[in-house]
Amino acid sequence: MKDEVDSREDRVANLKGMGCARKRVEDARFTQGKGNYVDDIKLDGMLFGDFVRTPYAHARVVSINAEAALKVPGVLAVLTAKDLEPLGLHWMPTLAGDKQMVLADGKVLYQGQEVAFVVAENRVAAADGIELVEVEYEELPVITDPFEALKSDVVLREDLDPTADGAHGPRKHPNHIFTWEVGEKETTEQVLAEADVVVEEMIYYHRTHPCPLETCGCVASMDKVNGKLTLYGTFQAPHAIRTVVSLISGIEEHNIRVVSPDIGGGFGNKVGAYPGYVCSVVASIVTGKPVKWIEDRMDNLMTTAFARDYWMQGKIAATKEGKITGLWCHTTADHGGFDACADPTKFPAGFMNICTGSYDIPTAYLAVDGVYTNKAPGGVAYRCSFRVTEAAYFIERMIEMLAIELNMDAAELRRINFIKKEQFPYQSALGWEYDSGDYHTAWDKALAAVGYDDLRQEQAERVAAFKRGETRKLLGIGLCHFTEIVGAGPVKNCDILGLGMFDSCEIRIHPTGSAIARLGTISQGQGHATTFAQILATEIGLPADSITIEEGDTDTAPYGLGTYGSRSTPVAGAATAMAGRKIRAKAQMIAAYLLEVHDNDVEFDVDRFVVKGAPERFKTMKEIAFAAYNQAIPGLEPGLEAVSYYDPPNMTYPFGAYICVMELDVDTGEHEVRQFYALDDCGTRINPMIIEGQVHGGLTEALAIAMGQEIAYDELGNVKTATLMDFFLPTAWETPHYTTDHTVTPSPHHPIGAKGVGESPNVGGVPAFSNAVHDAFRAFGLRQAHMPHDHWRVWKIANDLGLHD
Amino acid sequence: MPDKMHIKLTVNGKQEEFLAEPRELLIHTLRERLNLTGPHIGCETSHCGACTVTIDGKSVKSCTMFAAQAHGADVTTIEGMGGPDALHPLQEAFREHHGLQCGYCTPGMITRAAKLLEENPNPTEEEIRFGMAGNLCRCTGYQNIVKSILAAAAEMSAAKEAAE
Amino acid sequence: MIPAAFDYYRPKDMAGVIALLEEHGDDARVMAGGHSLIPMMKLRMAEVPHLIDLQDVAGLSGISVKDGQVRIGAMTTQAELIDHAELTTAAPILKEAALQIADPQVRYMGTVGGNVANGDPGNDMPGLMQCLDAQFTLVGPDGERSVPARDFYEAAYMTARADEEVLTAVSFAAPSGGYAYEKQKRKIGDYATAAAAVLLVKDDGHCTAASIAMTNLSDVPVYSDAAGAALTGTDVDADAVKAAAAAMLGDIDPMEDNRGPVAFKRHVAGVILSRAIERAWSRS
Repeated sequence: MKDEVDSREDRVANLKGMGCARKRVEDARFTQGKGNYVDDIKLDGMLFGDFVRTPYAHARVVSINAEAALKVPGVLAVLTAKDLEPLGLHWMPTLAGDKQMVLADGKVLYQGQEVAFVVAENRVAAADGIELVEVEYEELPVITDPFEALKSDVVLREDLDPTADGAHGPRKHPNHIFTWEVGEKETTEQVLAEADVVVEEMIYYHRTHPCPLETCGCVASMDKVNGKLTLYGTFQAPHAIRTVVSLISGIEEHNIRVVSPDIGGGFGNKVGAYPGYVCSVVASIVTGKPVKWIEDRMDNLMTTAFARDYWMQGKIAATKEGKITGLWCHTTADHGGFDACADPTKFPAGFMNICTGSYDIPTAYLAVDGVYTNKAPGGVAYRCSFRVTEAAYFIERMIEMLAIELNMDAAELRRINFIKKEQFPYQSALGWEYDSGDYHTAWDKALAAVGYDDLRQEQAERVAAFKRGETRKLLGIGLCHFTEIVGAGPVKNCDILGLGMFDSCEIRIHPTGSAIARLGTISQGQGHATTFAQILATEIGLPADSITIEEGDTDTAPYGLGTYGSRSTPVAGAATAMAGRKIRAKAQMIAAYLLEVHDNDVEFDVDRFVVKGAPERFKTMKEIAFAAYNQAIPGLEPGLEAVSYYDPPNMTYPFGAYICVMELDVDTGEHEVRQFYALDDCGTRINPMIIEGQVHGGLTEALAIAMGQEIAYDELGNVKTATLMDFFLPTAWETPHYTTDHTVTPSPHHPIGAKGVGESPNVGGVPAFSNAVHDAFRAFGLRQAHMPHDHWRVWKIANDLGLHD
Repeated sequence: MPDKMHIKLTVNGKQEEFLAEPRELLIHTLRERLNLTGPHIGCETSHCGACTVTIDGKSVKSCTMFAAQAHGADVTTIEGMGGPDALHPLQEAFREHHGLQCGYCTPGMITRAAKLLEENPNPTEEEIRFGMAGNLCRCTGYQNIVKSILAAAAEMSAAKEAAE
Repeated sequence: MIPAAFDYYRPKDMAGVIALLEEHGDDARVMAGGHSLIPMMKLRMAEVPHLIDLQDVAGLSGISVKDGQVRIGAMTTQAELIDHAELTTAAPILKEAALQIADPQVRYMGTVGGNVANGDPGNDMPGLMQCLDAQFTLVGPDGERSVPARDFYEAAYMTARADEEVLTAVSFAAPSGGYAYEKQKRKIGDYATAAAAVLLVKDDGHCTAASIAMTNLSDVPVYSDAAGAALTGTDVDADAVKAAAAAMLGDIDPMEDNRGPVAFKRHVAGVILSRAIERAWSRS
């Protein structure tokens, strides 16, 4: 028999289970141009919709005249808010408990806002149509600064009762959205008052955008005969979209099928619900034909889902020896014209309260004020778990400034404040229970890997050479130790629109020993079809190559909250393992029956159940699968299927140690990343190849954000960075080579110990790059300079420090 | 409305002939008219390279060319590079070295890389980074794309040597 | 993004092109590679009712290097410039500059003629041509005429070319001495924050001739006689370089944009020019 010659090692290898660098099953279609993205979908009679958008950031809409547009051959209809109003669809609820105009209802609040939807027979006619819709505007004063918004008499949201509470409690100004407070205010202020050392600084994390290479889009297809609506689209959370569409359209949920086809990158951009989706659905219902809407790049950058835009005023207190005693943060959060942030309901500033970072800080206080301005709504987690990027950037900047104040080495200051291994599970001052970590080990490994002491020596020599006029380049050593909080989340405190943030997996084993598993998540490049099969292979002993993974079709997949916030592995990955264990439990009974022993007398071994103490007596999972379908086993139903809805008991807390070595030209402001070392600890590693790829990608997004990428507005609210000429996406030429490394500290509460990794490199990367810039100028007195560190801003740092004199 | 034009192209070795408005962009011809949805639209201002195809021996961003300009030309898209029975070494290498994630940039990347290797069969990492700088990727950070192209170059050189 | 409708023409000869330009006046535009014009048409920022594609017009491409004279047909692409060994020997600054333009795909399509003729202050070739003291050949209804590159640019997108004329070639004497094209940009594909074209002739340790132009620091390319004069006769020491940069700063007039404020651009202009001079001098 073949099994007799296969060693146990071979049998493990044959499964391609957890821990192996399995090649991706997705790649065959993508490398051959056979992916199926939303704009590839063509349905019979499909129409095309496009938006008339406002050029003004704040204006009243006096009139809309569609007469000329309707004369364009192929243009069928022009929808405005007036057309949507009878259906109650001129406004829609946002994920943050606010509401948002679908089409301009009397006024516009940001440049690019949707004013009218032109429906045409093809995209050319639609494009011609939008040019001819005449809209008369009356301009209003524009506010792009959140601090000004809170003082201004100009009311942006006239639809809201200024005296009434918002979704997150009292509002203190018509342009104010919420105040969110965590921690001990008075105690923290007392600690600050009594501390040896306090550093106070404003840190701005600028507005940017996830900008996946594929923009957002959808195809809505209303089948009036059967009363069924099918909605294909770039949805990171297809099930939630189905529920939202049902709630706002009144179509019963069973009559809606939402499908996320292949998605060309998400990074948070594709979590929200956008006017394009609603208008396409309405247009399809009205016309009885499928309607496609695809954003162009300018639409994408100007309107759907910005990220960040946090003004973080910080205070950090410490003893003169460097032990941190308290942390205080007040954030002014610019949410744009509508509060459409994508956060769990109870967390209007996401998980910003992870801002104590990797450090044992006994006392802390955080307050966040959300503010309306004349900018696009969004506030999504761009490769980030709900404002963790902002939190990590905040604490990693504060600690650098504290090191300056104490005249200490920033690596050493971190080391003496890290939460110690034996303190886990660790209760943070701002309410989280960190599951596991070993920060000192990771940190020391990282410092040793880059030769930290030698780098500091080189840096000191460089500064001396600079002062002697021998060089115009400075050397920055950017340190970052981050702790993430991902895997939202426990249903007890995490929901979006009332939907608990569990996730799911449903498995069917076929008689011949292959399987299909369906999940409530959706890959946008993460390789779920590859990695979830690996989890299952290890759990159920069938080869990953014999397991199909399917996601994104709400008619077939079990309900789940989708993929963002690094939640797929922590939540759906856990559901997969748990469903697999249900399969295994039943398989054990079948094996015992076939082997004619008691259930407890067989044990699982890689790909089979063996009789304890008699390994030559076994049944493979393949045999068991067949038996499940052809044997009448007393007390057992036929078949081999399982489903798990997994409600995680806690978040997971991946962490990492990143070091960036950067050369900066003080005269041109140009930079060169000489070395980047990234150590990630994401707990149990499912596929090292994919982890490494995620880290490379996340670091490159971090590089972009830190070094140039922004959504910038002028004082009239015009977006200055709406094409890829000005919105910085690095090419291969500007991107450095990265060195990756890891430690493994499994999550104690996760079934397989995995924590999630996709967002870590962005969370940790931005502070590492930014700290490198700051560190280069530390010897010349720099404390804080806001990102992005593009050429002119780096030049300005040098200029302000007198380095050009 | 201007008259439609009679346009003839060779696409992936096949003669195509159709009437189109002069303003029809080549990317739309390929994707909408010929159902070759491998090339993608990413930026529309000729920065991202997701729409890259080969036209008469040049790598071209097909969103910045009218079909009328390509009249008479020979066009190759990712669909013409290799299929399930005979993959191009670059298609193999991208899979082997994890040179893609969401896959959206991949057809343009591979099409461009093929032309790069034709012109420079043994490129250095630096030459690859420079030669691929017309193609943006948001997922991979390029490191594994570079690795994939280096591997394909080695593979193709070895195959060429073996054949000689 | 889809452009407004237009009529498309692909004449075989210049007579056909001129006839169309005469017929349609302002409403017609000629197109070479299209990589400046088509994005503007897609954004509907350029309206072109009559688009004349030059690709079939005979005699517009090709590079000739003869008796120290270089002639480059307007339809010659950046990629062809880069690959032309004889040109690189005669005038290596062209390859150095062309490699810093846009990205590989765009260089296959983008042409010398398109780059110099449309008057975009961000384009690299106009400054380079001024540095080379090139002549532009224009063909119109009244025949052919020649305009020095240094007299061609009037304002952003405004040039000495009449509406019914076509720029058919650039020509210049092969430069001798050291050269450098230095460009700072935010990323591949970006226009210059500042770029400098420098040609220097060294004789017995002294600079006997200098030609200097810069790009994207005014609404036209900036050829600075004064900057060249500041180097001529010196041994291009630090003071001379400083004087040349100072002279150039008197001639540029940058505007604030996403690349940075005016003060930054002025500073960078000086730095980039100094580097270009030093590199050119080291090669001379």
